[in-house]
Amino acid sequence: MAIKWLIDASYFVAAVLFILGLKGMSSPVSARKGIIWAGVGMVLATVVTFLTPGMGNMLLMVIAIALGGVLAWVSGKKVAMTDMPQMVAIYNGMGGGAAAAIAAVEFARGEMHGMVVTLLATLGALIGAVSFSGSVIAWAKLQGVMKNAFRLPAQNAVNIVLALATVGLGAAIVISPTVDPMLVGAFFILALILGTIITLPIGGADMPVVISLFNAFTGLAVGFEGFVMGIPALIIAGIVVGAAGTLLTQLMAKAMNRPISNILFVPMAAGGGGEAVEGEQKEVGAMDAAAMMRYASKVIIVPGYGMAVAGAQHKVWEMTELLEEAGVEVSFAIHPVAGRMPGHMNVLLAEAGVPYEKIFDLEEINADFAQADVALVIGANDVVNPSARTDKSSPIYGMPILNADMAQNVIVVKRGKGTGYSGIENALFYKDNTRLLYGSAQQAVAEVIQHVKAMSV
Amino acid sequence: MDGFVAVYIFMLAAFTGYEVISRVPVILHTPLMSGSNFVHGVVLVGGMIALGQAETPLEQAIGFVAVLLGAANAAGGYVVTERMLAMFKSKEKK
Repeated sequence: MAIKWLIDASYFVAAVLFILGLKGMSSPVSARKGIIWAGVGMVLATVVTFLTPGMGNMLLMVIAIALGGVLAWVSGKKVAMTDMPQMVAIYNGMGGGAAAAIAAVEFARGEMHGMVVTLLATLGALIGAVSFSGSVIAWAKLQGVMKNAFRLPAQNAVNIVLALATVGLGAAIVISPTVDPMLVGAFFILALILGTIITLPIGGADMPVVISLFNAFTGLAVGFEGFVMGIPALIIAGIVVGAAGTLLTQLMAKAMNRPISNILFVPMAAGGGGEAVEGEQKEVGAMDAAAMMRYASKVIIVPGYGMAVAGAQHKVWEMTELLEEAGVEVSFAIHPVAGRMPGHMNVLLAEAGVPYEKIFDLEEINADFAQADVALVIGANDVVNPSARTDKSSPIYGMPILNADMAQNVIVVKRGKGTGYSGIENALFYKDNTRLLYGSAQQAVAEVIQHVKAMSV
Repeated sequence: MDGFVAVYIFMLAAFTGYEVISRVPVILHTPLMSGSNFVHGVVLVGGMIALGQAETPLEQAIGFVAVLLGAANAAGGYVVTERMLAMFKSKEKK
């Protein structure tokens, strides 16, 4: 069986390439090589699978690969960097759906070898289906298709009843000696509803952690189905991703100071919570803002998702270069959850051409705010809210924040007077040394650039 | 597959996944999540084998969906990850 040997050997090489690829991706220097190795592994595994003896439906298979592959390839090429998180969510959901569908085919064939295999197939189907429908909801929310967090009355009770019912049906499938199509159908429908219901009430700000969690879920589902199909490469790739994804989810949740159980079961109170903030917001014009920064010696820029949405990162970098020509020391402070996912903001700034050396994370830069003349907050809100340090009743109490309020002066670029993404009042905006520069980030920074240029002549 | 061999594979793979990620800098969290998303796109292989064995129209239909979704996971995951990481590369040159 030379063919069989070739296939098994190729799967083995692919599994090694996946692990090396992931290892490579965990360091900036080798990250690019990492994804290419993993890509080579994927192509190898896919190609040799065509050689599997006794495979039917080849035409159907080629059509499915071409259709799915090309559609995803094209949409992945086109998507804007700001929309990356929901793209990852949707691709991940497809993986979960694929794992669930594999289980469904096995159920339809009705050839389950023993209870352990049936158990793992069912588990994989459950996790995969939840990951699929949950990821679709996550995508819809981040894409803006679905605007509001939607919370059922007695949400947690509904979740628990639904989860128990789904697990009960799954157990019935595992125990029953024959495959009952009605039972299997009901099981899949319930699992899909479960994923939807769990994800619906989760606020947009928590979504990255949820996407990461579903990513780990899909990994597990793939691993389980790999066992059912008897392909070790699937088991290894799936479980490695399941474990890595779980760790990544924990890291993200830690960065946001929100335990995963809280994110799933205690969604942030929308538009409420925390003490009311006294005082008023003081406005500043673009010219004064420009002067404050032009004649400062040290400016720290705190970019947030608002800047990225406005596509202002290129303007911000242009302004930074101007200020530096004028002898101002400028650095960027990145909160761990700036953007929509940890590291998202770094990617966005990298895209605009901001060099690594100017970008600092929370631990590195927080002590420097006290020496800064100006902290420029662009489209960020909760990550600079001092209530997180002081106000125990605030929903974000305890979250590590950037100490922008410690700077001599704070300029906040903001579209209007409203509260931000999470709907929490920000005490920073009312402080004596804070000035608000209203306008879209793009236009406000463009005006500042004009004035800085005028001053440099 | 022998039951216990599979359990060993599960365990070792889980430790590997945990170790491989444990010292990743925050800036790479997003690309890494995307990259691991790509790796579980290998579910495509499982989908292909399932479809290859499918006989009834129902099995073929579900198998088709499995391959379609798996291929989208793999292709999309690769493109998106590669695009993000390419930016890190181009910047290092400057």
